[in-house]
Amino acid sequence: MFDVIVIGAGVSGCAIARELARYDARVCVVEREEDVCCGTSKANSAIVHAGFDAQPGTLMGKLNAEGNRLMYEWAKDLNFGVLPIGSLVVCVSESDLAGLYMLLERGEKNGVPGLRIIDRKELLEMEPHIADKAVAALWAPTGGIVDPFGLTVALAENAASNGVEFRFNAPVTTVSRDGDHWCVTAGGETLQTRAVINAAGVYADTIHNLVAEEDDRLTIVPRKGEYYLLDTTAGDYVHHTVFMLPTSMGKGVLVSPTVHGNLLVGPTATDIDNKEGTNTTALGLAEVALKSSLTVKDVPLREVITTFAGLRAHQDKHDFVIGEVKGAPGFFDCAAIESPGLTSAPAIGVMVSGMVAEALSLSQKPEGVFNPTRPGVPNLMNMDFDEWDKLCQENPAYGNIICRCCRVSEAQIVDVMHRTPTPRSLDAIKRRTSATMGRCQGGFCTPKIMELLVRELGMSPQEITKHGPGSELLVGTNKDHIKAPVQDQEGGEA
Amino acid sequence: MTALLENRSVVIVGGGPAGLSAAIAAYEAGEHDVLILERDTQLGGILNQCIHNGFGLHTFKEELTGPEYAARYIARADELGIERRLGTMVMDISADRIVTAVSAERGITRIQASAVVLAMGCRERPRGALATPGYRPAGIYSAGTAQRLVNIEGELPGREVVILGSGDIGLIMARRMTFEGAHVACVAEVMPYSGGLKRNIVQCLDDFGIPLLLSHTVVDIEGRDRVEAVVIAEVDERMKPIPGTEVRYPCDTLLLSVGLLPENELSRAAGVELSPVTRGPVVNESLETSIPGVFACGNVLHVHDLVDYVSEEAAAAGACAAKYAQEAQAAEPAPRITINAKGGVRYTVPSSVSPDRMDDTLTVRFRVGNVYRDHYVSVYYGDERVQHRKKRVMAPGEMEQVTLKRADLLKRPDVSSITITLEEE
Repeated sequence: MFDVIVIGAGVSGCAIARELARYDARVCVVEREEDVCCGTSKANSAIVHAGFDAQPGTLMGKLNAEGNRLMYEWAKDLNFGVLPIGSLVVCVSESDLAGLYMLLERGEKNGVPGLRIIDRKELLEMEPHIADKAVAALWAPTGGIVDPFGLTVALAENAASNGVEFRFNAPVTTVSRDGDHWCVTAGGETLQTRAVINAAGVYADTIHNLVAEEDDRLTIVPRKGEYYLLDTTAGDYVHHTVFMLPTSMGKGVLVSPTVHGNLLVGPTATDIDNKEGTNTTALGLAEVALKSSLTVKDVPLREVITTFAGLRAHQDKHDFVIGEVKGAPGFFDCAAIESPGLTSAPAIGVMVSGMVAEALSLSQKPEGVFNPTRPGVPNLMNMDFDEWDKLCQENPAYGNIICRCCRVSEAQIVDVMHRTPTPRSLDAIKRRTSATMGRCQGGFCTPKIMELLVRELGMSPQEITKHGPGSELLVGTNKDHIKAPVQDQEGGEA
Repeated sequence: MTALLENRSVVIVGGGPAGLSAAIAAYEAGEHDVLILERDTQLGGILNQCIHNGFGLHTFKEELTGPEYAARYIARADELGIERRLGTMVMDISADRIVTAVSAERGITRIQASAVVLAMGCRERPRGALATPGYRPAGIYSAGTAQRLVNIEGELPGREVVILGSGDIGLIMARRMTFEGAHVACVAEVMPYSGGLKRNIVQCLDDFGIPLLLSHTVVDIEGRDRVEAVVIAEVDERMKPIPGTEVRYPCDTLLLSVGLLPENELSRAAGVELSPVTRGPVVNESLETSIPGVFACGNVLHVHDLVDYVSEEAAAAGACAAKYAQEAQAAEPAPRITINAKGGVRYTVPSSVSPDRMDDTLTVRFRVGNVYRDHYVSVYYGDERVQHRKKRVMAPGEMEQVTLKRADLLKRPDVSSITITLEEE
């Protein structure tokens, strides 16, 4: 019997699991995909929002501001990539200036520190490529960028090292009440638990509706966002996250550096029916290209190295849905976690774990038992040569480069392969090391990573996938389908 | 601790066909302190996975496979005792020619080179760079990655294949995949002509009945986990897909052969001036870049069609690097003539020449921007046409060359520019 089962190993689920690990409790995270961070958490704007956007009094407003503060604090313990580069909301028309001041006021009500309106002159000094039409901007120094993969993996690794179990390739099919506990069927196995947390992203409505009463149905609409990711050669085209102040012309798209040194441009916002609809479209990409020019001049889109689409878990009321479901004691929703969900994740983790701990009367582990730290993965990209040389002297594998675009060595890849949760696919390795994420998009390192998966994890090449079952990289071996012509002894036709 | 600084005469970055030929030529030019830095665990570069034949027709008058061609150069380098460090990746080259490399064996090393030869080759343009709409499933490979999986690892990346782009590696892989038991449905090429060699279209597509769809491209990729189908549409003259022409090809694999990009990250960081057309360094008659003592050759300079020309060009670069290393100081600035590319000629390598410095003859290589039939390649010294040679067909997939003679230039001391152009008559 588990104390808590968390459904979904996205950033919310992993943050909750990590915070629950502080308690004396048996916690299990069940995930339909093969790894953590496979849904909304992996394909978003990767922004640490300052917190001026959400309406005061909403959960979003509260958790964004709190999450922003915790994000920078947690990065010290958990060693994931986060950079407080600040963000700008650019106003492109004098007539919209009132909107900028409204945003300032809202941010101040949400407790966002350091907000300030800057004029065009100052804006131009901060961002030389800003659009000619830009008249002013809201400057939010606490805005930042984060590695969403690194954050989610760090949370999961820290949770696991503090005793949380993870089950992958385990989609939840039924959740039912049995006396004083819940039965959760995940990946064909039925698990018993005192409490359930629904952190199932775009599927949170499906999970919620398994237990909710007739009048308490939830609907999550997948809202697609398409992006361009540009090469690191374009990474300093802007120095802060540049948003556009929404106008009558629409919401605009953001242009931002990423923690990996790339430039991110997007997203669109299109409500779709298909919860697996993570395909990009010609129309969506054209829209991003057009809208980027509203705030930033001549974004060098020719430097594109990949395009991708993510799905936000949108809900009509546009606020997080967090709390115990009516008539389902011990079943908690953590649903509709759309932007600023990534920023809010640490605060969501604290809030939801606290809620569940109280409901189950869980007690904190004795002092010193919970270890809040998780070792990072060395980043050779930001390292000076002397420091790198020192690593090589300790472990020569740091001198064997596997991914040349992102400067990832054998040592880092082997390191993450022996952590829990264990990465067993190309994308899982990518999320932990950034290998395959650069300008050649895995052309050079894919076969090398495959060799390491074989050597370190004992996989057969045919088992290796891009992102879990069904995405096998190989279909067989050379000539395995070619049958030799059948001849009888006399050489005649058989 | 700061890595020790080692002094070497000629340091060659890359041990593929260009690096090998440059190293041998530098040695043969009398500079015996030559060091090759190679990131792979063996010399030969991409030739090692090019197990098809067709290499060496010009150089050896024989038809060799890629590994056989490489082996001849490796044997010669062995014979000369040219030092090489394998598993060694160059991370930085400074403007004053300090080469910083990393390897498992030595960690970080710093080498002060008298001359550097850039021979890093090129890489394939990936799917992401095309921004092709659709899903991002397994089963999308650049042709070279698939070639490595098949030819080196013996693994089959797909059974039902569509190829986008008609570059030579894509054409070669169409045939290879067929040999290994896969079915290649078609090769789609966005341009109205192929980017590959004519002989490869005949030998790799026509001989196997694989259709080449010119002016077609992939407009959608289906399949969340593994490629399930691609949608191919015809494109108009501005290369925009024409609505209504879409055809869906069920398949499990999409191979891409959509262009090669000279790998100049190190050059750019060093401050080497790059050409926006070739994406390689701008070089003079000595194949010397904008940084004195730094030379470039092979596919890092401009993408070649035949390895024979890579070897030839690299030998020239290696000899010049040896000469530079042996001369105690940089040569006096000499008058320089610009070589202009005009009228269908996209670029020239080199892009300038000094009659005082050049050998008796100088090979100038270039590519054309379209398919030209019955056109003349003309060379002008100033306004005077000095060469006028008819070619039946010229195509972007094939490299062209002209030879400049030193004697001709010395006879015309007033010439300040040379123009290479295509003319109808």
